[in-house]
Amino acid sequence: MKPVIRVENLGKRYRIGMAPLKYETLSGKITDALSAPLRALRRVQSPKADGADTIWALRGVSFDVKQGQVLGIIGRNGAGKSTLLKVLSHITEPTEGSVTIRGRVGSLLEVGTGFHPELTGRENIFLNGAILGMKRAEIERKFDEIVDFSEVEQFIDTPVKRYSSGMYLRLAFAVAAHLEPEILVVDEVLAVGDAEFQKKCLGKIGDVAQQGRTVLFVSHNMSAVLRLTQESIVLEKGRLTLRAPSPEAVDRYLSAGHSQAGERFWEADEVPADAAPFRPLSLRLCDGRGRTVDSVRSTEPVIIEMEYALSAPVTGLRIGLYLNTARGEAVFTTFDTDEPHMFEKHTSRAAGQYVSRCTIPADTLNAGRYGLGVNASSYHIKRYFQDDQALDFSVDAAGAPGMHWVETRPGVVRPRLEWSIEAKRK
Amino acid sequence: MAKTAISKPEPGTVVLRPSRGWTALNLRDLWLYRELVFFMTWRDLKVRYKQTLLGVSWAVLNPFLQMVVFSIFFGELAKVSSDGLPYPIFAYTALLPWTLFANALNNASRSLVSHQNMVTKIYFPRLLLPLASVMAGVVDFLLAFLVLIGMMIYYNATGATHLTLNWAMLTLPLFLLLALVTALGVALWLSALYVKYRDVNYIIPFLAEVWKFVSPVVYSTSMVPAKWQFVYALNPMAGVVNGFRWALLGTQTAPDLRLAISAAMAVIVLVSGLFYFRSMEKTFADTI
Repeated sequence: MKPVIRVENLGKRYRIGMAPLKYETLSGKITDALSAPLRALRRVQSPKADGADTIWALRGVSFDVKQGQVLGIIGRNGAGKSTLLKVLSHITEPTEGSVTIRGRVGSLLEVGTGFHPELTGRENIFLNGAILGMKRAEIERKFDEIVDFSEVEQFIDTPVKRYSSGMYLRLAFAVAAHLEPEILVVDEVLAVGDAEFQKKCLGKIGDVAQQGRTVLFVSHNMSAVLRLTQESIVLEKGRLTLRAPSPEAVDRYLSAGHSQAGERFWEADEVPADAAPFRPLSLRLCDGRGRTVDSVRSTEPVIIEMEYALSAPVTGLRIGLYLNTARGEAVFTTFDTDEPHMFEKHTSRAAGQYVSRCTIPADTLNAGRYGLGVNASSYHIKRYFQDDQALDFSVDAAGAPGMHWVETRPGVVRPRLEWSIEAKRK
Repeated sequence: MAKTAISKPEPGTVVLRPSRGWTALNLRDLWLYRELVFFMTWRDLKVRYKQTLLGVSWAVLNPFLQMVVFSIFFGELAKVSSDGLPYPIFAYTALLPWTLFANALNNASRSLVSHQNMVTKIYFPRLLLPLASVMAGVVDFLLAFLVLIGMMIYYNATGATHLTLNWAMLTLPLFLLLALVTALGVALWLSALYVKYRDVNYIIPFLAEVWKFVSPVVYSTSMVPAKWQFVYALNPMAGVVNGFRWALLGTQTAPDLRLAISAAMAVIVLVSGLFYFRSMEKTFADTI
């Protein structure tokens, strides 16, 4: 059988100057033109300088997808997943290589694109359906089904600007989910919405696959990837590094790119340019005696140190840590200025080098693998930097409560709780 | 390396690969998405007058109030010649296609950037955005046209004009078409340039202002010296305005070689705009 999607030696190059928010202007173009001869001269002298302002978001990627297959695409932020989906869904053109697609591609790159806040739910269903490539007759036929799925029936004639974010999202997903393309491209839509609705969405994607249609599924939620896909590809720095059954690919993803022994360093070229003035240096995991470790005991405190530099003063900076299980479920999120006295003391940080240190108390985590993500932001102002999979480590339950019974304890936490047993009657 | 945009895949198959040079216009794609043109036009109209006190009457008020201002300053104070017609109807007849054109210049030229989340997230023929913006202006035009009919009846009743129904009026849709072709052509150039150069945002109001005065909106073409008439006709909007006045008011601006020049210019702007737009289209999602 011929593949539905054939990707051959695909490459996409971006000029760094093309980054969002940096527009070319006519005056820029004019100075550019004037200095062109000078640059040409310099290029003759050092031919390498030419490639300096371009980056390959994707390079040499080749793979096939068979009809009815649900393929997972996993990789860290900046690995090229979004670029790949944008090329596959015809939004941007490849720089080299080719993609051959048989059938209509429907993409859920971001649900609700083209929704207009002033229009009612009903009007937006028609508009959004048309934007996604549905015929009017098709939308009319599925209208009731869409409204039913979205659970916003009562508000269907209300402008969507009055919707809660949950309702808005449900309606948007409902339209997209009824598109019925031969090939469905899904990107991280499940990151939002309540648990009940997420379940419904996953179910819908599962149904699509059951009907023999092809699904490309991109997610950071490893348990969703494992549940929905049999096979996955792993992207690292724009290259396809592994195609394997999903459990193997997920393992690779969770362990790839991490420095050994509980430490992660960021090289200058790994940090996006728009992170400035923030620059991450390292993230380290230490045990109670200050040694860097990648495996900690549940019964001992764990110290997490984030080291970073600021090239300019930053107001309202907060360093966040995200702890997730290996399956991608969130355990907790914490920020260095969560405590009011810390928040008041560190309203502004001057330029310089810093360490934000956090201690997870003893007897907190259950045995298993965990992933640590970091984030640096100023609340409501700017997110400087984020790495969802900066470091991973394992927790050993030796000495934890209940270890005298040899059994697996479900649950993410393993706290030492106080029990008492009283005899009520003898 | 086989890097050509032309490939002959089997039906239902799309091959995506780097394209080189001038891209084929691919108007078939536009036809497949024709319903979306309708939906986007409808949305533009629906949204434009939401939360406005006077709603859709702005479509009429805009050219009407301009007419009032022009009648006072150019008609009464400056005594600009209006070819023997009452100045208000002389100006309003020109303001109808002019408003259509100016709105297209404003809205259609900004259409890609103002829909940038659609452009970066979904595939559809990008041509559709400026096209729908221009089309939305036609509905405003039709509403404003009703007022013109009212004015014609009024001035006939007062004896200021002696307009009669005649065959020339049937040519009006052709002049409307010429206005649309010009508007779309200019919008294609500007909207594609705007994606790359934000300067366009500042150029649009200036361009609209200058263009209004090099078109015979507030004055008559007869004021232009004879030796400059053919140069003057290079502006397609001059042909449109003269055509409107001739068809509706019977001025001495019947179609001649100058109209042919205007029409040819409009077609050149549209075709070159189409090709420029198409050649830039592939980079829109990356540069916007």
